[in-house]
Amino acid sequence: MFIADLYAYTGGKPYDPGRPCVVFLHGAQHDHSVWILQSRALAHRGAAVLALDLPGHGRSAGPAEGSVEAIAARVAAALAPLSSPGFILVGHSMGSLVALELAARLGERVRGVALVGSAFPMKVADTLLAATRTDPAAAMQMINVWSHSAALAPFAARPGAPGPGFNIVWQNLRLMQRIARINGAAVLPTDFAACNAYAAGLERAAALACPALFMLGAADQMTPPKAARALIAACARARVVTLPDAGHALMTESPDGVRRALEQFCDEVNAAHAAAA
Amino acid sequence: MSAPKYPSFDTLALHAGQRPDPATGARAVPIYASTSFAFEDSAQAAALFNMERSGHVYSRISNPTVAVLEERIAALEQGVGAIATASGQAALHLAIATLMGAGGHIVASRSLYGGSHNLLDYTLRRFGIDTTFVDPRQPDAWRAALRPATRLLFGETLGNPGLDVLDIPTVAAIAHEAGVPLLVDSTFTTPYLMQPFAIGADLVYHSATKFIGGHGVAIGGLLVDGGCFDWDAGAAAGKFDVLTQPYAGFHGMVFAEESSVAPFLLRARREGLRDFGACMSPHTAFLLLQGLETLPLRMARHVDNARKVVAFLAAHAQVESVAYPELPDHRDHALAQRLLPRGCGAVFSFNLRGSRAAGRSFVEALKVFSHLANVGDAKSLVIHPASTTHFRVPDADLAAAGITQGTIRLSVGLEDAQDLIDDLARALKIAGKVP
Repeated sequence: MFIADLYAYTGGKPYDPGRPCVVFLHGAQHDHSVWILQSRALAHRGAAVLALDLPGHGRSAGPAEGSVEAIAARVAAALAPLSSPGFILVGHSMGSLVALELAARLGERVRGVALVGSAFPMKVADTLLAATRTDPAAAMQMINVWSHSAALAPFAARPGAPGPGFNIVWQNLRLMQRIARINGAAVLPTDFAACNAYAAGLERAAALACPALFMLGAADQMTPPKAARALIAACARARVVTLPDAGHALMTESPDGVRRALEQFCDEVNAAHAAAA
Repeated sequence: MSAPKYPSFDTLALHAGQRPDPATGARAVPIYASTSFAFEDSAQAAALFNMERSGHVYSRISNPTVAVLEERIAALEQGVGAIATASGQAALHLAIATLMGAGGHIVASRSLYGGSHNLLDYTLRRFGIDTTFVDPRQPDAWRAALRPATRLLFGETLGNPGLDVLDIPTVAAIAHEAGVPLLVDSTFTTPYLMQPFAIGADLVYHSATKFIGGHGVAIGGLLVDGGCFDWDAGAAAGKFDVLTQPYAGFHGMVFAEESSVAPFLLRARREGLRDFGACMSPHTAFLLLQGLETLPLRMARHVDNARKVVAFLAAHAQVESVAYPELPDHRDHALAQRLLPRGCGAVFSFNLRGSRAAGRSFVEALKVFSHLANVGDAKSLVIHPASTTHFRVPDADLAAAGITQGTIRLSVGLEDAQDLIDDLARALKIAGKVP
C-alpha cells in the first residue's frame, strides 16, 4: 500500500488503523524487504505494520532526501494523518537515526523506538564516502563485506533468510545494486552523506520520552557496539540486546534474534501504554 | 582498515552453507533423512507456514542437507539463492513453469542438449508453451523471434554438439531490451569456468549430475537466481503477473513485494516445488556436496587434460576436425577467450575420417574411456552419436545437427593425460583399418 507517496509493505496482513503501528525504517541503499521476516512476524501477532520504502528508495517517489532530518520530515508527513493509536519505530542503521528524528516529530504518539545496528556519530570513512561517488560498484562491494560478520560466517548463516536455500550476502549486494539501478546512482552517496552529517543524535536521544531498545551485532564491522555507547547513555530508558553472531546485517544474520527482541519490546511498550491508560 | 574481501571460490566450495552441526559437532554435512520436521510449538508451526520464520517443514519444500547444497551453489555463482531439483531437466522445467503457463513463448538457442530440445519442442508445446529455436550466433535471429508472449530467452553456455559459445552479454542485452530474463544451462562450464550472472544472465541451471558431482553416482539439478532481473519493470504490461500480482494459491502473496531481489525463487519454491514436487533427496544432496567440495581442483585438471587430448587429436591424420573453442579455427575462438579465460571445459566432439563402422570400431576399441551416455564424470567417457543416441536419425538430419558419421563426443576425465592419449591412439589405429 501507499501512505502519501511512500510505499509501505504491511507484513502480509491488511493494515489495520485501529491497532498500534510498527513502522520499519530501512538503512542506506536498502528498501522495506530487509525486514521481511520481522515485519511478517509482527503483523501476524496483531500489529499494524508499515515497512516503508524511504523517499527515493524502492517503490517510493524520489529523490532520496539529503539529510536524516529531511527523510524524517517526509515520513512524518506521511504518518501524521494516520489515525493510529500509537507508533513503535524500528530503524536499522541510517533508519535508526531517522527513527530518532521521527520520534521528535511524532512526539507522544510514539510508544517506543528500536534502534538496530545504530551508532552516533555515524561517521563514514572518507575513502568509502568518496567511493560512493567515484566508484559506486566498488563502494557497494565494500559495504557488503563490512555489512556482515567476518569471513565465512555470513555464508553459513543458519537458517537462511528469508528461507532455506537463500544466500544473504549476495541478496544484500543485489538489493543495493537494484536501488542504484531503479532509483539512480545518487542514492548511495546521498544516504551515506546523510548518515555522516547527522549531528542531532544525542540531543534527540536525550529527549526521548519513550523506551528505547538498542539491538547490536557483536560482530558488526560497520557500527560496532561501542559506537552506540554515547547514544545509549543519552537515552533515559534504554535497553540493550547484543546478538552474539550478527554483523551489521542483523535482520538476516540473526533473523530470529531480531524478531524475538522486537516481539518482546513491542509487548512491553504496548503493555506499559495500556497500564498507563 | 584492511581491504574488504569475500572468502575465495575455493573456500566457499568447501564451507558455504554449512557450519559444524550444532547438535553433534559433525564437520561433514549430515544427511537429514527425514520427510518432516517437528514443530517446537503451535506458534512456531504457524510462523513457519506464515513465512515469518525461516525453517524446514517438509522435505519436498526444503531439507537441511539439501539447503546446504543450494546455499553453496548460490554462493559460488554469486546468486541470491538456489533450488535443488530431482534432475537438470526438472530444474529447466521449474524455471519455465514458474515464469509462464499456456500461451507463453520461449526463444531458445537451437544448439541444445537433446533432452532440453525434447522438452521445449515436443512436451511443452502439448501444454501450450511455444518455443522458437534460433541460431545462437545470430543476434538478429534472437530479436526477430521475440513476441509479445515471450517470457524467456534460453541457451547453453557451451552449446551442443559443437561447443558454440553463447555470447551472453549480447543475448542478455536483447533479452533485457525486451523485458525478459535470460536463462542459461551452465552444466558444461560450472561456476569455476564461468559465472554467468557477472556477464548478464539472470537465471542459471546445472545438471549437477555432471561436473558438480563429478563422480557419476547421483542425478540432480540446481536452479540459481542471480537476483538482478527487474520483474517489476514489466508489471504495467502484465508480463510477470506471476510475481507482481497477488497469488491466490499462497495467501494472496505478491512475491515481488516479499523480496525485491528474489521473487522468482520464492515462487519457484513455494509453488513449483510444492506442486510439481521434483525435489532432491538429502542423500543425493550429500553425494553432490562431496563432489562440489573439490570442484575447483577437478575443473582445473579436467581442462588441463582436455587441452592435451585436443592437441593430440587435432594433430592426428585420422582426425578430420576437432570442435574446441580454444582452437584458433573454432568459430567462437575470440569469444571464448573473452568469456572463458580459464578454459572451455572438458566435453567436446571431433570428427573421425571414415565410415559409421569406423566410428563404432573406434569407440569399441577404447579401454580407458567408458562408452556411455553421460558427461562430466571423473572418469573419461565417450559416445558415438551416429551409432547410439542418433542411430535412427537420417544422415541429412544428422548433418543439420552438426553430426557426421564420424563424430565422436568425448568427456575428458581426471586420469593421467598420457594414458588417455595412448588409449585414443590405439583405438585410432584399429579404426583406421576399418573400411
